[in-house]
Amino acid sequence: MAKVLVVTSGKGGVGKTTSSAALGAALAHGGEKVVVIDFDVGLRNLDLVMGAERRVVFDLINVVQGDAKLNQALIRDKRLENLSLLPASQTRDKDALTEEGVARVLDELRQKFDWIICDSPAGIERGATMAMRHADVAVVVTNPEVSSVRDSDRIIGLLDSKTELAEKGGRIEKHLLLTRYDPVRAERGEMLKVDDVLEILSIPLIGIIPESEEVLRASNVGSPVTLNNPASAPGRAYFDAVRRLKGETVELTIPTDKKGLFGKLFGRRAA
Amino acid sequence: MSLLSFFNRRTSAPVARERLQILLAHERGIVGGKPDLVAQLREEILAVVRRHVMVEQDNVQVKMNRDADISTLEIEIEIPAPAGASA
Repeated sequence: MAKVLVVTSGKGGVGKTTSSAALGAALAHGGEKVVVIDFDVGLRNLDLVMGAERRVVFDLINVVQGDAKLNQALIRDKRLENLSLLPASQTRDKDALTEEGVARVLDELRQKFDWIICDSPAGIERGATMAMRHADVAVVVTNPEVSSVRDSDRIIGLLDSKTELAEKGGRIEKHLLLTRYDPVRAERGEMLKVDDVLEILSIPLIGIIPESEEVLRASNVGSPVTLNNPASAPGRAYFDAVRRLKGETVELTIPTDKKGLFGKLFGRRAA
Repeated sequence: MSLLSFFNRRTSAPVARERLQILLAHERGIVGGKPDLVAQLREEILAVVRRHVMVEQDNVQVKMNRDADISTLEIEIEIPAPAGASA
C-alpha cells in the first residue's frame, strides 16, 4: 500500500528539499515507485534541486484545479525511471491548494506509486498544513540549532493535532532527521548533540546527515546527493535513513567524508 | 586565539540545551494546546469581574512572566470608583 510521507520542519533552510530529493532518489534506487511533490507554491525549488527545472510544463495547482491531467504534470526523472516529480506552481497563489483537491490528487497518486513524498514549505501556513494534512509518516528535518529545534517542536505539535490521521484519533508516525550535523563541533560542546535534540523532541531518530560539501555540490548540478555521490557521507546517511524508513534495523552511525585527525578522534558512533 | 583562551573556552551547547528545555516546557504546557492563552484568560476573567462591577476592556492588563523555576500571571484590573463615592 502506498505511503504518504511529509518532509517538514517549520524553519526554512534546514534541508527539507535536499532531503526530499535525496530520500526519494534513494527509495527509487531500491526499486520503489516514488513521486516527490513540491508544496512550496510560489517558491518552487524541488525541480531545480532534482535537475528538472527546464521540463516543467504543468504543476500541482493545474492538476488540483483540473486544468491538467496528473500524467501531464508528472515529470519522470531521467536517471531513475521509477522516480517522478510533481512540481509546485511558481505563479499561483497558495490558496489555490484546496483540501479536497489535494486529497483527490493524492488518491490518484496512491494508485501509481509506493511512496508519495510531500516536500513541505517552511512555516505553518496553508502550504505546510496541506503538505502534512494527508500524511501517514512524517520526517521532521532539524538542524542542531535552537531555532530549528523549537520550530520542529511546534511542527510535531501540529502533526499530532492538525493531520487527518490525528483528527481521526490515530497517531502519525514521526521520525527525526538531524541534518547539517558536525560531530566534531558537537563533541567540543559547540553544537547540540544528537542525544540533546532527541531528548528535547522525543521522537525516534531516522538518520543523521553530516554537514558536507557534497550537498551543495549535488544541488549545483541538479542531482539528489544520493544519486550524485551515493558513497559520500550524506549519501550513505540518506541511504541508511531510507532503510530505517522501510522498517529495517540499521546501526546508527554518522558517516564521514574524510577522516582527518578530528574525524578519527571524534567521529564516533551516535546514540 | 591564545592557547589559554582555547582551553578556557566555555561551551555553548549546554546553554542552548537548557534554554530550549525551559522554553519548550512552557510552549508545550501553556501555549501548546491553546495558542492564545493570555487573551482567553483576559476575556474570561473580565467576564467574571463584570458580573459584579462594570469594567472597561481597556482597563485590564494581563502579563505573563516566564522564569526557569516559576511563572507568574499578573492581572491588573482597574475598577472605577462607584458613583458618588467621593462625595
